[in-house]
Amino acid sequence: MSDVTGQGVSGTQPGRDALTGASTNGAGRSNRGGRGGGRRGEQPMVPKAEFTSYYGLPILNAPVWHSPDIPGYLFLGGLAGASSVLAAGAHVTGRRDLAMRSKVVATGAIGLSAAALVHDLGRPSRFYNMLRVLKPSSPMSVGSWLLAAYGPAAAVAGATAALNRFHRVGAGATAAAAVLGPAVATYTAALLCDTAVPAWHEGYREMPFLFAGSSAAAAGGVGLITAPSGQSGPARRLAVMGAALETVAAQQMEHRLGMVGEPYRQGVAGRYLKVGRALTASGVVVALVGRRSRVASAAAGAALAASSALTRFGVFEAGKQSAADPKYTVEPQRQRIEDRTGAGRSRGCD
Amino acid sequence: MSVDRADRADRADPATASGYSDHPPRMGFFTDTSICIGCKACEVACKEWNHVPSDGLSFTGMSYDNSARLSADTWRHVAFIEQRKPLASQEPGQSGDLRWLMASDVCKHCTHAACLDVCPTGSLFRTEFGTVVVQEDVCNGCGYCIPACPYGVIDQRQGDGRAWKCTLCYDRVSVGMQPACAQACPTESIQFGPLDELRARAERRVEAMHDAGIADARLYGHDPADGVGGDGAFFLLLDEPEVYGLPPDPVVTTRDLPAIWRKVGVAALTIAAAGIASFARAPR
Repeated sequence: MSDVTGQGVSGTQPGRDALTGASTNGAGRSNRGGRGGGRRGEQPMVPKAEFTSYYGLPILNAPVWHSPDIPGYLFLGGLAGASSVLAAGAHVTGRRDLAMRSKVVATGAIGLSAAALVHDLGRPSRFYNMLRVLKPSSPMSVGSWLLAAYGPAAAVAGATAALNRFHRVGAGATAAAAVLGPAVATYTAALLCDTAVPAWHEGYREMPFLFAGSSAAAAGGVGLITAPSGQSGPARRLAVMGAALETVAAQQMEHRLGMVGEPYRQGVAGRYLKVGRALTASGVVVALVGRRSRVASAAAGAALAASSALTRFGVFEAGKQSAADPKYTVEPQRQRIEDRTGAGRSRGCD
Repeated sequence: MSVDRADRADRADPATASGYSDHPPRMGFFTDTSICIGCKACEVACKEWNHVPSDGLSFTGMSYDNSARLSADTWRHVAFIEQRKPLASQEPGQSGDLRWLMASDVCKHCTHAACLDVCPTGSLFRTEFGTVVVQEDVCNGCGYCIPACPYGVIDQRQGDGRAWKCTLCYDRVSVGMQPACAQACPTESIQFGPLDELRARAERRVEAMHDAGIADARLYGHDPADGVGGDGAFFLLLDEPEVYGLPPDPVVTTRDLPAIWRKVGVAALTIAAAGIASFARAPR
């Protein structure tokens, strides 16, 4: 270090080799307990807080996706995909009204969902750039191609059924939509999980099943609303199976996530999911008890479809909440380091 | 395609892994925060050279840091940290038990870059220098790169809609110049060069600091074996990474994507199975 004195500047500038803060009179001291036993530790160590951050600011940049665009897109994509499965089943088993109505629901839902997706882009006029490349490493790229294939199939199936014409083309489109539909309904789980957002990423083992169940509950629920009494059986069974899968997957996910799962129980996300669970439970009960009543069936279907939407809105908001609080980023990573090094409380300096 | 992920296990050069057969050495930053004086010349130089718009004239009220964090309009960000703790072995009482940590943060230009992996348009690409750059004429503002980044670097620009971040001055580096921030740094806290050289220099630096008793000194992002395969821009820090707003153990999210796709596949089959079961005749 150079010294500026009355006699001028003495010593030379060490430049970028300057040892800022180093003792100028010999032995160095460590003020950290965790490192290097060879160093002297005279400085009392301040007990380290469990969790530190930079002025409480988030580490991650939160998703810029908007509500209701993106959660709405997740819900509608699931509704469309599973409705195409229901439609194909009804088509094959000769339930013509259920088939036609489910195909029209799928067409409308996928159209709205694609519109929501484009609307949420920062540059909507460039939506076609989504089909510039195909990248398996990007669920959004895979999803765009899926939608590009599924959308027209669902639309042709819906239009031919509604017009009651071109039956052979309609059957082919129905089959194609039924094959692609489940992927359209579930790839959105990969979309959310393939991010650094802790509540989403860490939930990747269960979220695809949560979304699968939620999609089936929505399609079955809407089927219960639209189907004539004589043809509502499959929709009822699909809705109840979906609701059961949705409930089990959600419970397992929250249980396994531990503190990272807190956002699913708190704030707006917690409220959405709580109301969603209540609607799921009541919807299932009414769907099973009121199977002979057209009105009860429709009410149950509406409750299950609404609960499916609330699940998507809740999951979406939980992710935003978990990205906004640095503790969900730092604490699991700290834990990971400690598990790896087996360092216990002493925190290594890398 | 995910050429990056194919070579995750080894320490392959990202430019080679991305298909460049003949390319210059991987270039990067070594930001030695121990000699940062918090002047913010890097922030200013970056804005001027790259025409980055204003990030707002607001007072955070938390410190001398009013740009707060990296964003679409802040590609270098100088953190100010005040701690009730002496700077290494300085004599207590001489200048008080207070230390200031200053650190200029930047895009890490990861070896395994999540933003690049998840970009659906191919707007984000790997340059021949191993850096990661957004092509603003391709980006459609889908926003996927933003929550994918484990460091909270890339962000959407308000009123523009597209994603923006540090380019490691691709234009300057392409013609043999150094990035604007490194050029402007008066203390050489920001050092630019071939990554191999920077890593070797950083190892020597941290050793010298430990020998001088500055036990807090540690490197961050230098290790090719870490969760992102090592950063193209790495740091010498004087405290835990989270103190500076950096994640302590970042992992590229696409590392788990094969497992995620498998779950999605099984879940899709579950819907199909539930659909078939719905039409099965109930046993009487």
